[in-house]
Amino acid sequence: MLTRLTVAETIKGLQEKQFSSLELTNAYLERIEALDKDINAYITVTAEKARKQAAASDKRRIEGNALSAFDGVPVGIKDIICTKGVRTTAASKMLENFVPPYSATCWNKLENAGCVLLGKLNMDEFAMGSSTENSAFFTTKNPFDLACVPGGSSGGSAAAVAADMAPFSLGTDTGGSVRQPASFCGTVGLKPTYGRVSRFGVIPYASSLDQVGIFAKSIEDCALILSYISGKDEMDSTSVPVEVPDYSVLLDNGVKGMKIGLPKEYFGEGIAKAISDMIKAQAQKLAEAGAEIVEVSLPHTGYALPAYYIMATAEASANLARYDGVRYGLRVERDNLADMFKATRSQGFGAEVKRRIMLGTYALSSGYYEAYYNKTLQVRTLVKKDFDDCFAAGIDCLLTPTAPTTAFRLDEKSNDPLAMYMSDICTVTVNMAGLPALVVPCGELGGLPVGAQLIGAPFAEEKLFRSGRVLENERLIPQFRNREGR
Amino acid sequence: MAISEKDIAYIAELSELELTSEEAVQYAGSLNSIIDYMAQLQELDTSGVEPTTHVLQLQNVFREDVVKPGLSREEALRNAPNRTKTSFKVPKIL
Repeated sequence: MLTRLTVAETIKGLQEKQFSSLELTNAYLERIEALDKDINAYITVTAEKARKQAAASDKRRIEGNALSAFDGVPVGIKDIICTKGVRTTAASKMLENFVPPYSATCWNKLENAGCVLLGKLNMDEFAMGSSTENSAFFTTKNPFDLACVPGGSSGGSAAAVAADMAPFSLGTDTGGSVRQPASFCGTVGLKPTYGRVSRFGVIPYASSLDQVGIFAKSIEDCALILSYISGKDEMDSTSVPVEVPDYSVLLDNGVKGMKIGLPKEYFGEGIAKAISDMIKAQAQKLAEAGAEIVEVSLPHTGYALPAYYIMATAEASANLARYDGVRYGLRVERDNLADMFKATRSQGFGAEVKRRIMLGTYALSSGYYEAYYNKTLQVRTLVKKDFDDCFAAGIDCLLTPTAPTTAFRLDEKSNDPLAMYMSDICTVTVNMAGLPALVVPCGELGGLPVGAQLIGAPFAEEKLFRSGRVLENERLIPQFRNREGR
Repeated sequence: MAISEKDIAYIAELSELELTSEEAVQYAGSLNSIIDYMAQLQELDTSGVEPTTHVLQLQNVFREDVVKPGLSREEALRNAPNRTKTSFKVPKIL
């Protein structure tokens, strides 16, 4: 079945002419047609565009003019990433009919490499949430158990890859929005170093924390894709001019001689014991492969989550000021401008987005700025220093749980914002410090996937891939297939 | 440091949002429980710690001031909810 192939296998099949991009694309579109009425991963399926792109790719290959190894490989894109000419909603009523006049750099690079767009994937509105239940349109279900959430905010991107409705997908990660859904849906998930991938054309949530990430079925795929989407972009002044290696070459260099830290703060209260045990078992695998396992401490971890939510919402309150009904997006007509702004924003934003705008506005308001906003920036310094000290002491990467539990049930936390925020407790530190982190599926609990998180120093993605390869032996996705008979 | 419904009205005003009285009560409840949770930050002594606004040690990023192709006027106006041939159209300001 073509939809079961990894990206690397797909590339090989296309190169060897075992199948055409059109056959492949049709196989995905048929699978989406069959499964997505239950899973609801896609907001928009771009079937017609996909078939056209695929046919053009096939023509290029026949003529010997393939644009890249990726020419003809399909992809699904989170609906927060602008795709020129294809509706991009951020899962918000505010942008329900927004058709971007330009593409985000990450999608532009894939399109220029010949990738075929299958469609745009569901998410929490403006990436604010951890379950995809905050989408203004519908909730995505976890392919492993339709009564559970896929995680969030990039839940559609995770579910699509887990259910073979895309060979890989792009998401975004501000506080765990790629890694937590990757863990919940049993895919590989990568949040690259801040600045590694351009944010140009990605609808912003919290600009100092946002980063484009990858969902894939293997670490090899993740490495291949990262090399394509990374690099300095003059349209994003925070993208970094650090050379982009061919990440796929060094994958099998192993972990011999590497020092891997287990930060004790990630294995205590609030983390399900069965998950802690499973992650520690992964440490054993790394030790058997020649890594040295060291217990370490990141003492400010406990303060990261409250600091993160102030920092992220403060940035969001400024970023979302642009939705005013003037240049694009929803407008609710009123007789004067001030009333039009308010009516538009009140009807266009969902409840959680309004809550976060207000929380951020409060933290930035006169009288509270020092106590809240400035305090969180100081905590950020301390959280970052904890990591810096670890890496300076010779630790190559850290191994932790990705989330405190497996996927929770639909509606379980949707009325308790604070409980929802807690599901990001293992992931927000990475964004505060701007580090790369990789989630690798490592088993199941009660039929639901569990992912291990590997955290590295800035631009040390390669070490994450090498460590992840040691853990990668049992993939979870085939078990979804067997169980569902699909 | 409890947030009253009056505070909520003020925050909503700053945020350009209008809330029904029912919503104001709900947001006061959830924001208070969130702010209570955030209060643990005050336990931590951060005196003398420099704030980090951004992880990259970037200073100003300069580029040559050269005209490059951008969006055409029509492309820039295409998503406007209300427009004239050449401009965005808004309701009266005063």
